Amino acid sequence: MSAILPPAATNWWKESIGKQELIFIVLALVWSLFMFFFMIYWHINGRQNLSNEKYKTTAAMFSAKAEQMVKQYQVRTETETQIPVVKPPVGSDVYLIARMWNWWPILELEAGKPYKLHISSMDLLHGFSLQPVNINIEVVPGYEHVIKLTPEKAGIYSLVCNEFCGIGHHTMLGRIYVK
Amino acid sequence: MSEQIQESAGEEPERIPVMQQVLDNPFLLLFLGIVFPTVLYILWGVMEIASVPVAR
Amino acid sequence: MMTTTYRTCPRTGLQFDTQAESLMRFNAVAAVLSMVMGGLTAVLVALTRWPAIKLLPADQFYQVLTLHGVNMLLFWIIFFEIAVLYFCSSTLLRCRLATPRIAWLGFALMVIGAITTNVAIFQGGSTVMFTAYVPMMAQPHFYLGLILFAVGALLGCFIFLGTLVVAKNERTYEGSIPLVTFGALTACIIAIFTIASGAIILIPTFLWSVGYIKEIDAQMYRLVFWAMGHSSQQINVAAHVSVWYAVAAIAFGAKPLSEKVSRSAFLLYILFLQLASAHHLLADPGVSSEWKVLNTSYFMYFAVLASMIHGFTVPGAIEAAQREKGYTHGLFEWLRKAPWGNPVFSGTFISLVGFGFLGGISGVVLGAEQLNLLMHNTYYVPGHFHATVVIGTTLAFMALTYFLIPALFKRELILPGVAKFQPYIFGLSMYVMTLVMMGAGTLGVSRRHWDMAFAGAPFQYEWPGAAYLMMGIAGLAGVVAVVGGVLWVLLVVGSLLFGKKLEEGEFSARPTILRMPVASSLSAHGGAVSHHVPGTMVLGSVLLVAFVLYYFVNWKYLSEVWPMA
Repeated sequence: MSAILPPAATNWWKESIGKQELIFIVLALVWSLFMFFFMIYWHINGRQNLSNEKYKTTAAMFSAKAEQMVKQYQVRTETETQIPVVKPPVGSDVYLIARMWNWWPILELEAGKPYKLHISSMDLLHGFSLQPVNINIEVVPGYEHVIKLTPEKAGIYSLVCNEFCGIGHHTMLGRIYVK
Repeated sequence: MSEQIQESAGEEPERIPVMQQVLDNPFLLLFLGIVFPTVLYILWGVMEIASVPVAR
Repeated sequence: MMTTTYRTCPRTGLQFDTQAESLMRFNAVAAVLSMVMGGLTAVLVALTRWPAIKLLPADQFYQVLTLHGVNMLLFWIIFFEIAVLYFCSSTLLRCRLATPRIAWLGFALMVIGAITTNVAIFQGGSTVMFTAYVPMMAQPHFYLGLILFAVGALLGCFIFLGTLVVAKNERTYEGSIPLVTFGALTACIIAIFTIASGAIILIPTFLWSVGYIKEIDAQMYRLVFWAMGHSSQQINVAAHVSVWYAVAAIAFGAKPLSEKVSRSAFLLYILFLQLASAHHLLADPGVSSEWKVLNTSYFMYFAVLASMIHGFTVPGAIEAAQREKGYTHGLFEWLRKAPWGNPVFSGTFISLVGFGFLGGISGVVLGAEQLNLLMHNTYYVPGHFHATVVIGTTLAFMALTYFLIPALFKRELILPGVAKFQPYIFGLSMYVMTLVMMGAGTLGVSRRHWDMAFAGAPFQYEWPGAAYLMMGIAGLAGVVAVVGGVLWVLLVVGSLLFGKKLEEGEFSARPTILRMPVASSLSAHGGAVSHHVPGTMVLGSVLLVAFVLYYFVNWKYLSEVWPMA
């Protein structure tokens, strides 16, 4: 009978399925399985996969590493607040701090060269949103995420914070130079 | 599941297929619906987070 | 035990346990009040994110956004869903509601909880968004209110299960429960998992906020929170799919094309739908790709398969019923001659199509592990979930309400001429809004962000002009949608207060048990349902083609961003 009444047949499991319904189900199943295996395929053959390298850390430990890097590779400072601009060697470990409400330091990278970008937060959750490339990654306090990144094109890039982190959230804008 | 068998008809009661019996058993479904996400999502996820190595 | 009587509705033939009936009415009214709160805040959010207007200052914007999220995503839908659970158990099974006293206790807890949390947000110390991610801390009563609300909702779920047992023991139906009740059972099971997860995470968070616990791991919080935060929206999916089936049955007398297929699809929901909580953790450090791929795909996309099946069988059942009535010309006469002026139907159909094409496809794309990198935390995310929760769930619930006003509230709908247009105004403006929100998100615009111009930042970043244009359209469409929502509230409240009182119907002390002409064998059923649904086949194929194309467009886009391997 209708969907708001109990099924008419006591043994509804044995009822036949319509041909058009069956065709649609098979198509939908094939597509579902395809999409599942496509994610695995991309892990093998795609170039954009989020790294699985991560560590537990603390704000103190992580900021010590970032400060060490800044001391070593700082080339100049920018803006009124004297944010250091760092030019780390190609292929090296690059540390980026997210905190209320800035990204620290400014990075200067070489186009087409790989870097190991370590990201962590000093306080709340933040959102790493690289624009206008449009790569978006969650930044979790207490965790150090190591992302392999190859900046492809020279230019000036912005780091937007896209995880709500309080009243100054919208002022949390960072910078990456690619030369 | 005797109540699913119709008594008035003067014939042998039909055997209800296993899958239909499963779908007619809300508490079995409740058990499955809790166990699957708890194991695959929560327990596996907690194990993954707990096993993240500490940074040097 | 409270004594109860049964009322048989003269208009629908449905039989209401009078205790259950007043519980449904109170839950529905609480839902509408939550919706009023959610709607008032919606207009403020829309006008603030509209770049040319930017109505509120930052602190008020985030506070209002927290109110909007909590009231819409939790209170509005869960109050309504409790009413749906009672309807699908007590009313559809024609039996008494189990333990109505405890049901009232549950309702009281939910109301107290909802008020407490709203007060906490209004006081200003709990601007933490719906997600309340630690270590951002809210006032203790923010969490306490949510916990009370969850406990109350859990009681409602147990009463639903208890009522199934009562109906079975008292033999008020024969054979299996109706398909719609089965869908409600699915929603109830998901709700129990959801609420249990909520308890696991909110209780420690509450203790943390009052100082008994020193620290909660931010990653662990995200994992368990989303088992509640996302699954609560999966309750909606199961509930609104049940509503679609119910409306097809009520408006057309449509029979499910196949009980086996539809119930198996619900079983896939029970097993796998909750895994999609992983959608929120795809860009997180703490969990591995293996975990992400298996969970985000609902175990090989089996729950997506289930949604596609429902998306086929609901219009399919309508088509079969219409063809039986003689609308057999061409592919789509059945659809053209559908009652488009009846808001119960039009709301449901706009909900169905929008959920499939906008909410469903975007959800899968957003939830593909690598594609998520393009859209995580962008405006695409609220674009997607407004297509699922607002177009899918809210619109389906609005449509059902037009049926419940005469059946449950015994009032005639006021202003039927306005009601006729309300689903179109609300639904179509939401189509536009979600599309441009997703468009802006594709360009990178952030969600939960007060200022696209980054005033006060040390640098400048200029979003593309198209992003500004789309944010403006989203604001405009959002305001129109709120107008549609206000119309609905006015129609509902106006009808309850001023609508013509309708005949109550017969009361009896015992339920009249519905004895179906149960067929004892397969042969008795043969030919009862026509499986000839060519129009639905075309609609389904269009959905699949759109799905495949949009999926690959996004992979193409991903392949162009910086390599990360």
